[in-house]
Amino acid sequence: MREIDASVISDNVAEMCQNANIYLGEDVFDALKKSLETEESPTGKEVLKQLIENVEIAKNEQIPICQDTGFAVFFVEWGQEVHLTGGSLEEAIHEGVRRGYTEGYLRKSIVDDPLYKRKNTGDNTPAVIYTELVPGDKVKIAFAPKGGGSENMSSVKMLKPSDGEAGVIDFVVNHVKAAGPNPCPPIVVGVGIGGTFDKVAVLAKKALFRKIGSKNPVEAFAALEQKILDKINDLGVGPQGFGGRTFALAVHIETFPSHIASMAASVNINCHACRHLEREL
Amino acid sequence: MEPKRISAPLTDQVILDLKAGDNVLISGVIFTARDAAHKKLVELMDQGEPLPIDLTGQFIYYVGPTPAKPGQAIGSAGPTTSGRMDAYTPKMLEKGMKACIGKGLRSQAVKDALQKHKGIYLAAVGGAGALLSKRIKKCDVVAYPELGAEAIHRLEVEDFPATVINDAYGNDLYAEGAKQYAR
Repeated sequence: MREIDASVISDNVAEMCQNANIYLGEDVFDALKKSLETEESPTGKEVLKQLIENVEIAKNEQIPICQDTGFAVFFVEWGQEVHLTGGSLEEAIHEGVRRGYTEGYLRKSIVDDPLYKRKNTGDNTPAVIYTELVPGDKVKIAFAPKGGGSENMSSVKMLKPSDGEAGVIDFVVNHVKAAGPNPCPPIVVGVGIGGTFDKVAVLAKKALFRKIGSKNPVEAFAALEQKILDKINDLGVGPQGFGGRTFALAVHIETFPSHIASMAASVNINCHACRHLEREL
Repeated sequence: MEPKRISAPLTDQVILDLKAGDNVLISGVIFTARDAAHKKLVELMDQGEPLPIDLTGQFIYYVGPTPAKPGQAIGSAGPTTSGRMDAYTPKMLEKGMKACIGKGLRSQAVKDALQKHKGIYLAAVGGAGALLSKRIKKCDVVAYPELGAEAIHRLEVEDFPATVINDAYGNDLYAEGAKQYAR
């Protein structure tokens, strides 16, 4: 049986926390540059230029792309033939977050008691961790620092099966329209359809981890992604909400089978700094 | 259109010359405050106590920067969502604040207060924290150091870029901009 020590997990996580916050992924950077070619609004173009310059400054000067270096969210696929030694997985990840955020001069944005005391934990822990056991002897860690401003513009709705495609489109488009400039457009829109109340929210989060330019493997859902994207951009909200043709860079849909009585739907929004990193150990 | 250059303390005349959609470059001193600092300031106002900073004619920037690395004035420093400050903004304007800088939608009560007290609401580009940090030359904590990133900082800025969203005439770039490009 393959063994991985907890310290290896911590080291990788610490590095991923710093890298994801400083280097924007090529997929998102390319999408920003492409949108500059199609944007019609002069103010919108100006915003996109600033965002592209921002990415370059962050990379060259090792400054976080955005001051909101996020809630640390992880999806871990753990091969069941791998044995973890030297500690627990959760603690190993938290140790990595603690080190990454402290050594990397990243902002600590987590408070312990969400309602009354709201005292900062001081090291950006705890992280939000989803673990899945999978066949094989590999470990895949996906990380995204999730900003609060865009996270606040998220929603779950238990639609009726009879609401159909139009119901999903209306829910997503109206929700994004109401969010307007708040989640720092151009945005990436994660959509979940199916499952239970809790499952559908995770689907939308997982959708934000997909690379921009990727499509849902099912043709009908890939077509729906494009249809919703066009409708969102036709709202005219544009970069930063100043007016323009680039309100969203992408719409990603993830689905799960549904109860006969239900059609759960969710929207999770990411800002243009759609930071995510993946590593296989 | 060339951006207009403005600096604190802002007068009514400067405010009345600015319209929604105008791009500005801010130089000089601005102060930071976000959720926790606003709560403390407004509590002092309600108790009739003096404030730790004089708001007359000033800019308030809604920001919680990342920690500065050695040799930097400040870390990444883009705007945070302004709507969370809506409950406090009318009182801040009453106390003399002239301009606030953030990102995202404001309530009708804030827009009305901007008209009443001759103030403006500006947006800096959200998520451009690295770029904006380069326009901040100096950063000192002036109140509530215990709040960390949420403390009130005095910033010295040079050509800090922002766009007027809500002017003192009731215009709103977020509403007008989207109308122009909707299909």
